[in-house]
Amino acid sequence: MSTGNMNFTLKVWRQKDANSSGKMVTYPAENISPDMSFLEMLDVVNESLIHKGEEPIHFDHDCREGICGMCSLYINGRPHGPKRAITTCQLHMRSFNDGETITIEPWRAAAFPVIKDLAVDRSAFDRIQQSGGFVSVNTGGVPDANIIPIPKVIADEAFNSATCIGCGACVAACKNASAMLFVSAKVSQLGMLPQGQPERWSRVQAMVAQMDEEGFGNCTNTGACEAECPKEISLLNISRMNNDYFSAKLFREEKVHDHGASGGE
Amino acid sequence: MSEFKQTFNSSLGKKLIMALTGLFLCTFLIVHLGGNLLLFCDDNGYSFNMYANFLTHFPPIEVVAYILYLAIIVHALYALILTVNNTKARPVAYVAHNDAPASWSSKNMGLLGSILLLFIVIHMGDFWYKYKFTHTVGYKEYRTNVLTNQTTVSDFTPADPTFEHSSTTEGDTEIIRVKDLHARVANSFSNVWYDLFYVIAMGAVAFHLLHGFQSAFQTLGWRHRKYTPIVKFIGTWFFGVIIPLGFALMPIVYYLKSLGR
Repeated sequence: MSTGNMNFTLKVWRQKDANSSGKMVTYPAENISPDMSFLEMLDVVNESLIHKGEEPIHFDHDCREGICGMCSLYINGRPHGPKRAITTCQLHMRSFNDGETITIEPWRAAAFPVIKDLAVDRSAFDRIQQSGGFVSVNTGGVPDANIIPIPKVIADEAFNSATCIGCGACVAACKNASAMLFVSAKVSQLGMLPQGQPERWSRVQAMVAQMDEEGFGNCTNTGACEAECPKEISLLNISRMNNDYFSAKLFREEKVHDHGASGGE
Repeated sequence: MSEFKQTFNSSLGKKLIMALTGLFLCTFLIVHLGGNLLLFCDDNGYSFNMYANFLTHFPPIEVVAYILYLAIIVHALYALILTVNNTKARPVAYVAHNDAPASWSSKNMGLLGSILLLFIVIHMGDFWYKYKFTHTVGYKEYRTNVLTNQTTVSDFTPADPTFEHSSTTEGDTEIIRVKDLHARVANSFSNVWYDLFYVIAMGAVAFHLLHGFQSAFQTLGWRHRKYTPIVKFIGTWFFGVIIPLGFALMPIVYYLKSLGR
């Protein structure tokens, strides 16, 4: 039931490039419609910066409908801002109070170096996916649909894990900058399904090894990731990944480097 | 690097070590509390002293004890390694504080663990070390008439300072001479500051296990719709409340007793 437009004070992390040190800079955000998304508010601020001849604030965004995982931003101490289960593009300015000071920071993790201002390099996630987040499929005749029976509960669980958009909010929220929620979701979405079974034991080893190499922290089961995830990925995935990893390492024949070898020729 | 070495050097491998040593230490607490409940026997410390003597002279217990000391060291060492890695994983801190809805104990395991490590060092130095390696603990002599089952107790000073324990009979009287750890406990617990430290440490145990017990199961990957609620119930009420409360009652009861003397 808003009567008019809103004004805010923004404290934004400005950093020229990966090699520079950055600092917090204060900007006014004036005449903002409460129905604007957070990213649209930043667009308006950037317009005024451009008019003044200043460098606009760089931030990541793409689909602006909550499915691509590109937008980030650590807003007032929380990834994707104060609301649950949404991305920053789905956050509206009516979620803030008129006159409020809003602190905006990039994701903070050694594995997510800042590219510029609020944009961070999340290619560590891509490398983890490339290390094992796939099934190897040989081409051939078109198989019949539904030829492999999958219980509904399993299909649903795998789908829940697959809703991870790889935005990195879990890493940003974790006090240890751990990527285990992301990796476990990607391990689970394939490991639970029949199509993922041939590479199940090599996949988990390959993805955990790559995760460690990227320099993420270690999970201490606080559950902050689960609470901040825009897709509500459950901590159950981490437990599942651990179980698969220990099974693979201690009781299975497959080795880490076997991954991707079973399907291709 | 061998495969096992690689496994235990991985992030998940280190967490596995934390979980296994942590759960082992949890099982130890059950035994330790069970035995120490003998402190509440009103028998001039007879049961407790005999129990202490048994613990230090029964070889399988001694073997397990050294595994236990190793588990404490490994648990603390790996916690330190993981914490250093976790700090490195976020070199630039956030300006605005994260108020993520995670439990207080889950975010302060390092602080709680450090208090516990300090406690364990002081606790073992006071009782375990003095009992086993010094001659500063006195002796008690329990004379029981086996016909009337009447026991008289007196202090006893052996001729040989390395004397530990004897059990003899004189006619109808059974004479048991044993190191008097009970007196040492009673003496320590008559100091209010010492008791306060014990109670605080037991508070740390409570909060450490409130998160730690169920967290170990999560790390091991043993999470199930049917069993996880049971694990959380045991972690909260048994390890988070009953065990620390049982331990904390000992200094409190002994302090109140010392006031009455």
